[in-house]
Amino acid sequence: MTVHRGRVRWHCRRALLELDLVFTRFLDDHFDQLTEEQLIDLEELLLTEDHDLWAMVNGSKPCTVPRWQELIRLLQIRT
Amino acid sequence: MNVAKRTFDAVIVGAGGAGLRAALQLSEAGLRTAVLTKVFPTRSHTVAAQGGVAASLGNTTEDNWHWHMYDTVKGSDWLGDQDAIEFMCRKANEVVVELEHYGMPFDRTDNGKIYQRPFGGHSMNYGQAPVMRSCAAADRTGHAMLHALYQRNVRANTQFFVEWMAMDLIRNDDGDVLGVTAMEMETGEVSIFHAKATIFATGGAGRIYYSSTNAFINTGDGVGMAARAGIPLEDMEFWQFHPTGVAGAGVLITEGVRGEGGILRNDAGERFMERYAPNLKDLASRDVVSRSMVTEINEGRGCGPDKDHVLLDITHLSPENIMKRLPGIREISIQFAGIDPIKAPIPVVPTCHYQMGGIPTNYRGQVVVPKDGNPNSPVVGFYAAGECACASVHGANRLGTNSLLDLLVFGKSAGETVVDDFKSGNLMLKPLPETAADVSLARIARLESQKNGESVHEVRLAMQRTMQKHAGVFRFDNLLKEGVQRILEVAERAKSTEIKDKSQVWNTARTEALELDNLIEVAKATMISAEARKESRGAHVRDDAPDTAERPNGRDDQNWLKHTLWYTAGNRLEYKPVNLKPMSADVEPIALAKRTY
Repeated sequence: MTVHRGRVRWHCRRALLELDLVFTRFLDDHFDQLTEEQLIDLEELLLTEDHDLWAMVNGSKPCTVPRWQELIRLLQIRT
Repeated sequence: MNVAKRTFDAVIVGAGGAGLRAALQLSEAGLRTAVLTKVFPTRSHTVAAQGGVAASLGNTTEDNWHWHMYDTVKGSDWLGDQDAIEFMCRKANEVVVELEHYGMPFDRTDNGKIYQRPFGGHSMNYGQAPVMRSCAAADRTGHAMLHALYQRNVRANTQFFVEWMAMDLIRNDDGDVLGVTAMEMETGEVSIFHAKATIFATGGAGRIYYSSTNAFINTGDGVGMAARAGIPLEDMEFWQFHPTGVAGAGVLITEGVRGEGGILRNDAGERFMERYAPNLKDLASRDVVSRSMVTEINEGRGCGPDKDHVLLDITHLSPENIMKRLPGIREISIQFAGIDPIKAPIPVVPTCHYQMGGIPTNYRGQVVVPKDGNPNSPVVGFYAAGECACASVHGANRLGTNSLLDLLVFGKSAGETVVDDFKSGNLMLKPLPETAADVSLARIARLESQKNGESVHEVRLAMQRTMQKHAGVFRFDNLLKEGVQRILEVAERAKSTEIKDKSQVWNTARTEALELDNLIEVAKATMISAEARKESRGAHVRDDAPDTAERPNGRDDQNWLKHTLWYTAGNRLEYKPVNLKPMSADVEPIALAKRTY
């Protein structure tokens, strides 16, 4: 499976401003360093509904998928 | 250049609530329907709508469409067209019950009916008391609505083109609309979507402002495309500002916070709303609270090092209460203001929230323009619904929960009109001009060859700061005049943006450049229309049009009870009358009055 970085980048455009702002930070600070494997995980994570994804990022719901946890941690970093 | 062509009965641009509702009408009638969308349908901004959808079901308190109509006309500050408002309020129950049958999980009363909650501006018996009119699915009404409509469309075989960006409207020499050009983001290739009917449902353009509650996808694509194709834009000076966006981020803090006891304070810690609205205080209507906040900031009583915001204080509420009743708000504040509202107040500013104006339509969803002396002549083959359209039901100010209703009613109505026109043989596939894709191809070619241009980010930021400073909550003649010059300068800069990434596949930089072309049209329309309107009405409030006995709230019905129409060619303005006559004889026109609550 090949993952196109541009496609994943576009999938970071969300329906909620909260997530757009979180992903702006993430794209600036972490996206270019992601491994191919992490990109595959991220693309999968991005299939999550916006409200659920936001809940995982803000910590009100736990992230129960182990391979997403590192990505959620990166999304949670506030500069 | 050879461009691939696809042919459909109808093409719909946008797959939020309005687009999906329109698509359903067409697909269920057997029309071959294509829906183009930049993002997966259930990731449209309709997802963010929390408050609910208005309908006078009367499940909890007595209610009827006459009262809803009165509230909407009054809310619009009499700029709404009363035929369209009657149509919307009468259709509300039908579209909500339909949605229930599609599987929408509305909250329920103990006896199994749709639960309804009160909402600002909605009343019983013509303003006598609050009414319970908003139908909601917890705080995820928009999300649930979008899912119900999407599933129904899948069942009806609607064909989705996901991650396709519509670029330009195609018209022939008669002005008829023949479809759109669109770019497939995966390949970067431009195609023609040739259709008998084209429906725009592309949402609003709240990203023209620096401080906005809107997601990044809200770039006014349909509005920009229509303007470039010579369609005028209606009432673009009217934007609703929500009082409490997190300063610097824009994320919305719901009115519920003030409902739970939140207090707005200035730099001296004063509860300043007591001076502006002695009765309702912090719970006064959105426009009143927003203007009061801006007055505090303008008069030097703002907070922070730049004195550019005020504070929303809930520290007097118990932590248990905050955690229980306002958990989402605490998370937003921690994430975007770096402040735990249990310990310190949240910095907030009035923030752009909703576009009342848009592509002019009638209540049947047909796009209408002035032609041969008729101010509302339908454009053959062109329809619009939802936030991108101006029917006009919201006039100068929208009531909460009327936006989800708008997209259901007018999405369906546009769909019904297309089906009717289709069945009566009024819609034909007209020959495409040879030049159908030229404009779009030229836009792409310009981006590929541009050198020494500014970045899209820089120009977009200049536009957003200009709009925020010159056409914000409170408007001043000198700032508006200067703003017109400034925004025209920014529009010139937008013509020579440069993108470094010239690749074809998933080039998000190019997508953002194309979006900026649309935003710029909306920004120009807003600034120029706002500068010209010399009164205060609804969300358009001028410092030089204050509240006087002769002109209540600064409103000047003698000269300004009319809709603005802005044309991009020459930035020309025209005006057309407001329709003060309801659709039927079942209701008397709602007579002009001062808007007080």
